[in-house]
Amino acid sequence: MRIAVCIKQVPQTTEVKIDPETHTLVREGVESQINPFDLYALEEGVRVKERLAEQGEESTVTVLTMGPPQAEAALREAISLGADEAVLISDRAFAGSDTWATSYALARALAKVDAALVFCGMQAIDGDTGQVGPGVAVHLDYAQAAYVAQVETIEKRTVVVKRLVENGYERVSLRLPAVITVVKEINEPRTPSLRGKMNAKKAQVPVWKAADIDAPEDKIGLLGSPTQVIKVFSPSHREGGQRWAGEPDELADKLCELLKEMEVV
Amino acid sequence: MSIRVIEDKCNGCALCIKACPTGAIEVNEKLATIELDKCNFCGSCVSTCRFRAITIEIEKQAKEDLSQYSGVWVFGEQWRGELAPVVFELITAGRELADARKSELSVIILGDNLARASEELSDYPVDKVILCEAPELADYDPERYSRIVSDLCRDLKPEIVLAGATTTGRSFLSRVAVQLYTGLTADCTSLKIGEDGLLHQIRPAFGGNIMAEIVCPYTRPQMATVRHKVIPMSPKSSNGRRPEIVKLDPKPQLFGSRSKILEFIEQMESTVNIVDADVIVSGGRGIQAPDNFALIEELARSLGGAVGASRAAVDAGWIPYSHQVGQTGKTVCPKLYIACGISGAVQHLAGMSSSDTIIAINKDPNAPIFQVADFGLVGDCLEIVPLLTKKVASLRGVRN
Ligand SMILES: Cc1cc2nc3c(=O)[nH]c(=O)nc-3n(C[C@H](O)[C@H](O)[C@H](O)COP(=O)(O)OP(=O)(O)OC[C@H]3O[C@@H](n4cnc5c(N)ncnc54)[C@H](O)[C@@H]3O)c2cc1C
Ligand SMILES: Nc1ncnc2c1ncn2[C@@H]1O[C@H](COP(=O)(O)O)[C@@H](O)[C@H]1O
Repeated sequence: MRIAVCIKQVPQTTEVKIDPETHTLVREGVESQINPFDLYALEEGVRVKERLAEQGEESTVTVLTMGPPQAEAALREAISLGADEAVLISDRAFAGSDTWATSYALARALAKVDAALVFCGMQAIDGDTGQVGPGVAVHLDYAQAAYVAQVETIEKRTVVVKRLVENGYERVSLRLPAVITVVKEINEPRTPSLRGKMNAKKAQVPVWKAADIDAPEDKIGLLGSPTQVIKVFSPSHREGGQRWAGEPDELADKLCELLKEMEVV
Repeated sequence: MSIRVIEDKCNGCALCIKACPTGAIEVNEKLATIELDKCNFCGSCVSTCRFRAITIEIEKQAKEDLSQYSGVWVFGEQWRGELAPVVFELITAGRELADARKSELSVIILGDNLARASEELSDYPVDKVILCEAPELADYDPERYSRIVSDLCRDLKPEIVLAGATTTGRSFLSRVAVQLYTGLTADCTSLKIGEDGLLHQIRPAFGGNIMAEIVCPYTRPQMATVRHKVIPMSPKSSNGRRPEIVKLDPKPQLFGSRSKILEFIEQMESTVNIVDADVIVSGGRGIQAPDNFALIEELARSLGGAVGASRAAVDAGWIPYSHQVGQTGKTVCPKLYIACGISGAVQHLAGMSSSDTIIAINKDPNAPIFQVADFGLVGDCLEIVPLLTKKVASLRGVRN
């Protein structure tokens, strides 16, 4: 079975600032990392591969990212963490993609990879949308389970997962091929192995341009994106308020009074 | 697409630099130049330039007549026939948008046995309640739900579609947007109709560190998921008008799905659902031991609230992940958030700093949580919390 994992390179910190002069995001000097949720997606992909191997089925894990040339670093890191191969989807024509165009391009690449089981993070910490995974599922016409906290069983044609929802968990059976987006609870990612690190160094990372995945110009990048960001600005920042110190009993009393005033009690 | 600076008209005033959200413009020797790699053709510079020195030619344009679309739809998310609280917040937002567009507000519900839900809506300022009832729709199914809503959008052509930014709303409206080839803005905190008649959607990104304003100019419907608890619930309607109930038979050929719910494992405890809670008492590493979480739980219970946690507490195995607040957990906006023994790392703040009131209890007077807390108590939460619980309980006792 071919397993694929979509990973995104995001800034190390979400403490991004807006340049007061130019009113744009200050991106310089910010290190990048693999989106934290995607590390769980990758780990799950590798674990599913290991489980399938125990069940006597061979499989491979391919990581994909769409991004600028430097996103190759994220792919190599993913190989060190257990992925077998990587693909970088990169072309000037992809610039400015919103979630529609991103999921389209990823789906085109995933179709070329011929993935039967696709893992994504539940959301990326820069965009915070959680829309790309389900978007990919629609473009590929695959089954979908979002916010998965456990892959219970995996067989040739079906996978049973546990989804985390607001008021509990849902156990769902999916017919493959399928797209699964994962939450943090799903596993504990491993650290890179020595062999993984060597593989990462050696690996060839092909770069696929728009033409390589047959993505027409009007479905990718700015042109293919229905939404437009027309402004970015800093949120009004919270300021610290009153500071209370004193004996625990006193503090508890004051707090109780406050809760009464707030009509919480 | 092309964007051009007309050299004779530009005097290098640099106003456009401030207007550009992507930092694509530089002014050198009194002439603006635009870096095409960065430009997203949003047009902010064009409207800011007093000298009409920038022009954009966009081949991108609507492929159909957008004026055929009208009305605002709110997705009536339900669970076993009961509407999710966020639906009543969406009605507030939807009513305002529909009024601004002089159009109708409809709530559309997919499910089975929806009599109670539709009855509940009859007191609210909604023009239409659209019901799609079928046993196959009783439970949320991403494929079925999205196919049916897409189909109805094609038929009925709403101009705006809103859903709650819940696990359901996000994971199925994103499918509808792809199916209809239109835009969807996630997790909005504010929506308004601009002078251009478009839906202007404002949302936090980068864990709340920046805000972005987003439009969807060329395709319809304009769609957004909306964060819980930032918009107040709608009051009941004052004029006694009741919504028209429209029953639509969903087409059975749209029911196909490759997923099947085997079981629902409900967590009934009211202390669990942090997303819908008005009061959250959260514990962090400062709680120091798993057993001490009982103190947090008792306080939460006495306040009728839910229990939250920092990642440190979750990672230590003191409490399940479903309680985690923050960047890799849940985003919450309760009326009151009480942080006990939580330092206030940015990743935690990302999930709770838009709460109405924040109270922090922490031993360390320099803990960053105090920078966002409206009331900061410097002290030992292991002592203060149980005392507070006792006082709250005795107050309750006096009143009952
Ligand atoms: C990619 C990534 C994602 C993350 N996502 C999240 C997330 O979603 N949510 C999250 O919370 N964190 C997240 N974190 C972790 C975050 O950076 C912090 O490590 C974490 O929030 C710290 O939790 P804490 O405040 O409970 O623990 P600490 O930082 O150890 O703070 C404990 C606090 O308790 C105080 N204290 C100790 N004893 C007492 C006492 N008896 N009474 C009162 N106060 C006491 C201490 O003074 C201290 O301030 C993430 C980190 C990364 C790298
Ligand atoms: N540019 C990208 N390249 C690869 N995967 C992506 C990209 N953007 C998003 N994803 C995947 O989609 C998930 C959700 O992202 P988002 O919808 O942007 O919050 C991420 O966790 C990734 O798994």
